[in-house]
Parts: sequence; structure tokens; C-alpha cells
Amino acid sequence: MSETNDTNPSITDLDAEHWLQAYEQMVMIRTFEETANDLYTSARMPGITHLYIGEEAIAVGICEALRQDDYITSTHRGHGHCLAKGAALDKMFAELLGKEAGYCRGKGGSMHIADQETGNLGANGIVGGSAGIATGAGMSIKLRGTDQVSVCFFGDGALGQGLLYESMNMAQLWKLPVIYVCENNQYGEYTHNSKAAAGSMVGRATGFGVHAQAIDGQDIRTVHATARLVIDRARKGGGPAFLVCNTYRFRGHHVGDIDRPYRTREEEAEWAKRDPLTLLEDWLLKSKQAEEHVLERIKQEVKTAVDDAVAFAEEASFPSESEVDQHVYA
Amino acid sequence: MSTLENGTRRSPAIHAPGEREITFGEAIREAIAEEMARDQRIFLIGEDVAAAGSVFKVLVGLLDEFGPERVIDSPISEAGIAGIGVGAAITGMRPIVDIMFGDFTTLVMDQLINQAAKTHYMSGGKLTVPMVLRTTLGASRRSAAQHSQSLHALFSHIPGLKVAMPATPYDAKGLMKSAIRDDNPVVIFEDKMLYQEKGPVPEEEYTLPLGQADVKRSGEDITIVATSSMVYVALEAAEKLDSIGISAELIDPRTTNPLDTGALIQSAQKTSRALVLDEGYSQYGVTGEIASVIADGAFYYLDAPVKRIGAMNVPVPFSPAMEDLTIPNADFVVETAKSLCG
Repeated sequence: MSETNDTNPSITDLDAEHWLQAYEQMVMIRTFEETANDLYTSARMPGITHLYIGEEAIAVGICEALRQDDYITSTHRGHGHCLAKGAALDKMFAELLGKEAGYCRGKGGSMHIADQETGNLGANGIVGGSAGIATGAGMSIKLRGTDQVSVCFFGDGALGQGLLYESMNMAQLWKLPVIYVCENNQYGEYTHNSKAAAGSMVGRATGFGVHAQAIDGQDIRTVHATARLVIDRARKGGGPAFLVCNTYRFRGHHVGDIDRPYRTREEEAEWAKRDPLTLLEDWLLKSKQAEEHVLERIKQEVKTAVDDAVAFAEEASFPSESEVDQHVYA
Repeated sequence: MSTLENGTRRSPAIHAPGEREITFGEAIREAIAEEMARDQRIFLIGEDVAAAGSVFKVLVGLLDEFGPERVIDSPISEAGIAGIGVGAAITGMRPIVDIMFGDFTTLVMDQLINQAAKTHYMSGGKLTVPMVLRTTLGASRRSAAQHSQSLHALFSHIPGLKVAMPATPYDAKGLMKSAIRDDNPVVIFEDKMLYQEKGPVPEEEYTLPLGQADVKRSGEDITIVATSSMVYVALEAAEKLDSIGISAELIDPRTTNPLDTGALIQSAQKTSRALVLDEGYSQYGVTGEIASVIADGAFYYLDAPVKRIGAMNVPVPFSPAMEDLTIPNADFVVETAKSLCG
């Protein structure tokens, strides 16, 4: 199910410098994920991980509209959200490798990165599991009387979870500043959403009276413009919003899902034509906000930073065995 | 202590002359009200907690005292309000989430077990979830299988959660205040049948540590460990045992996680016999855990195997003729104790 995207709003009031920052963020996420995949295939990373490649415009477009003290909750496919909200590459890789220097001292791993310094309340291994947490953060904001906003990222798979609907209902009842961002990447694990989500995605929220829109999740300009509108509205007490960002998971469900028998190569090729990075590059070049060599330099700088972060993580120590029963209780 | 006086049972806590008596329900309300007055970060959320003051009328008056911003009637969305509790707790608030019947805690399992209990650990100690989830346990209200269960063992199983189950008004107030001040998720189980139970509760401020057992009655011949309302069943049994020359010591762990293993073992070492009584199911339950702790820690002192008495392993039936068969009673405790002391 892919609902018709709303018209591209005309507000894109970032200047060239900020668009280049957004571009750098997207390149960073792409490079991070490609590197994580390499670490997996070369058996240098324990466990598996879920790659965000193809969906970068959503995390960056949304988080560029947030302040550092705003909150996000993330998912098992969460590296993009963490980085877009300001996470550091070295601590991210260290966590993926289970090292003490990681964001969670190696106790969380890829699926549980949390960083309260940047407002990241945690990625979550339970699909839809953070809908309540993001809404609770919204409740906390309301009770404390601040003008923060809470963003709940989740995939279309989470549309099958009842908690999401309980949470949206209460957010609307109490006008909580929560933005529910559905990254509709078409597949919940290995099942297409046409087999999992009946009816209208947007209608799930409008039924509660929640402001809802379906947008093109590949175009960061659309994502960002829409995000600014709904985030500003929530900040001013206007209540929650629900965005369906139509996108595509360019890779498998996780790094080990390489043959993808549940979908066709033709379908993948069609979506590859709308790579969010290429779309932004083309626009920056065409609108003369950046030249080819500038974009190339950004890619090189990001590559160097990622390589350095991996080196840091690989050299970092594992946590000591004495840590295993620490942090069970505060 | 615990004698029937005009149909009202007296709580077994030490009764100092001149000390006031209040009910278990009043003790809970007083604890919450005092803590809410002390700490602006505390709020209460649940089904019918505000305007109705909860279905058991325990929270009457809190809405007037603290207003609808802090005493919040929620939709019938147990998982949702538990999730709101977790998110609010992570971001600086101290929520009390009210789940009307313990049976409904099955609806909050993900939020408690996968989220609340693990957040501190998974984040390497950075995030904390200072949240209280208060709910009920206990049969004998003729409420049938979905409103009568005692499910505290499920939560006691999970590292990262604390579980309290007070038996007396004194314990209820002291444990509730400690639960609210604790930086971890604490589940507090209140027996629905205890709300009208009266007992001494001092006017002055006090708290009770989580993880400290209480000797409700001293004795020499057998240790009876009992939780929540089973403390009263055990007291009745202890008095009957007294009349036939068996002196029973009654210990109430008060929290099942953390469990005061030292106090339980010490008592069993003294008496050489132990019996464990709890209203949860006897299979894979709290009685099994406590019996194992005692068997391990007091093995060389024991003169008899450690016995367990829990609820019958059946869904709680509606008919009084059947329901009463499923809950441990004093006569059965007496018979079991006699068999151990024989």
C-alpha cells in the first residue's frame, strides 16, 4: 500500500549551507550503514544489524527540524535516527562492536542505542514498542510546561501493533506534542504491507482526529518542509501529527537477508531510481547551490571520519566481565 | 493481634497505645498524597483514578487535592498508559500507573518487561525508569477467572523490576512511599480484600526499605513465610497451632524482588522447619523460589522438607462453592504444619 503523496510544500527555507549539512548527514548515514554491512560480511561485528539505506531523507529531514533538547524514539533500523539526532560515529561503531566505549557500554548493541545528551530516548527491538515511550515523553513535556517536541519513528510494520493506536488516541485527547513518523518502506520484515495493513494508513490517524499526511519520503525537501510545519504546530500546543513517509528499504530486512525472494529485482531497480541521496545531489547541482567537487569533498571527509571511527571502535576494549551484573538496577 | 473484633480484623503490626488506626486503602492514599505534595514530578494515571477515585475508592480526594493535570483518567488502554509511564519516567517525571486488576497486567507485559525493566541496563546505566505500577491481586471476591488472579510471580521473575506486596496498612504506606522514591520500576500488588483492613499507622513520616522482611510473629518450632493477605491466613493458623503446642514464627518478605533471603534462612535455621504460603499459583511460583532459598540456605538445620502452599493450579472459578477450594486456608496450613512437626 502506497498512498498518494501530498503535494510538495513550497517551504524549504534552509539556505545552501544548511542543505549541505543535511547532505553531509545523509552521506554519513549511508556510509555508516555500508560500513556496518562490511563489518558484518567480514565477520568483524557480532550479531546482525538492520540497514537504513534508502530511507536517509526521512531521519535527516525530520531531525533537521528538531532542537537538541527535543526527543526521538527509534527502531531496530535506528542508526539513521541516532546519527541524524547528533550521535557520534565513534561511539556508534563502538556500540555495534559491543565495546565499553559505545553509547551503552556494549550492553545495548545496534538495536538499543540511546543517548540522552542528544534527546535520543532509545532505539527499540520491539516493533511499535516505543510508541508509548514517545507519547510518555510528550506527556512529560506537557506536565513540565516546556516547548519540546517528541518524535516517534517506526516502520509500516508497526501499523499492526495496537499500542500505536492507544498512544495516538491519548496524544490527541491530551494534545501532546508528539509526531508519529511512519517510515513506510513497504515491507515488515519479509512481508509486503499489502498483506499486512488493510485500508488507509493516513486514515488510521485521521480517525482519531490527528493531523495526518502521506508524503514522498525520498525527497528530503518535502520531508523537511512538512516536518517544520507539524513540529512547529506541536510546539505551539497544536497537538500530535502523523506522517506517512513513503520510502523503500534498499537492502534486506537485515544484513543477512541477501537473496530477498519476497520481492523482485525489477521493483528494487525502480525504487533505486529515486535514491534520496541522488535526488538531493541533483537538486543541489541543478539549483547551483553546490558544485560537484564540493559534494565529492563531503563524501571524502565523511569516509575518513567513518574509517577513523571504525578504527577507534575496533581498538576499543570490551567491557570487563565485572560489568555484566551492573546497571540492572539504578 | 489479628483477632476478629466486631467482624474487623486487626492488622498484625505492633500496636502502640494512642497510635491512630487507618485502613489499608487509606494508607495507600495517604502515601500517594504525601509523596505528590512533596514532589511535583509525580503524577497518577489510570482508568477511573480521578473522578471516581478508583473502582476500589482508594484514591478518592486526590483529584481535588492535585487537579486533573496530575491525577489523570485514561482510556481503557493498559499498554498505552504503561508506555506513557515509561516515557515520562525516562524524561524526568515520576509516574504512578494504576492498573485496576492484576489480571490486566497481562496487557502491559511488553512495556514492563521489555521496556521498563531493561531500559537502564540496555542504555549502559544512562537512562532510568522511576515508575510505580500499582495493581491488585487476590481471589475470594466472587469475580471469576479474569478478575481474581495473583500474578506477582510473573514480575518477580524479571531482573530490573522490583515487586512489593504489602500485607498491613503500615507496610502499605511505607512500601508505597519507598516505591515512589525508588529510581527503578516497582510493581506494587495490593490485595483487593485488604482495602478495609484497619491497622496502626503513625502520623509521622516513615518509609520501609524494599527488600526487608518483617517478622510478624515470633515462634520456635516452625517458620511460616507468608505474603500479602496470606499473612492473615498464617496468623490464624499460628494461633490454632499455638493451642496444640506448636509455636510458629511468621515472616512476611514484603517484597519478592528484592527478596530478603537472609531473614528467611535465619528463621528457618532457628526453627528447623519451614512452610511457604502465597496466593499465587503453586506451580513455578513465589513459593517455589522461597522454598528453594530456604532449602539451600538452611539445609543442615532442617528436620523436615520445606513445604509450599499456593493457590490451586486452576483458573479461579466463579461459584463460591468452588472458589474457596482454590485459596489456601488456615486449616490446611495447620494440617501441613502439624505434618512437618510430627
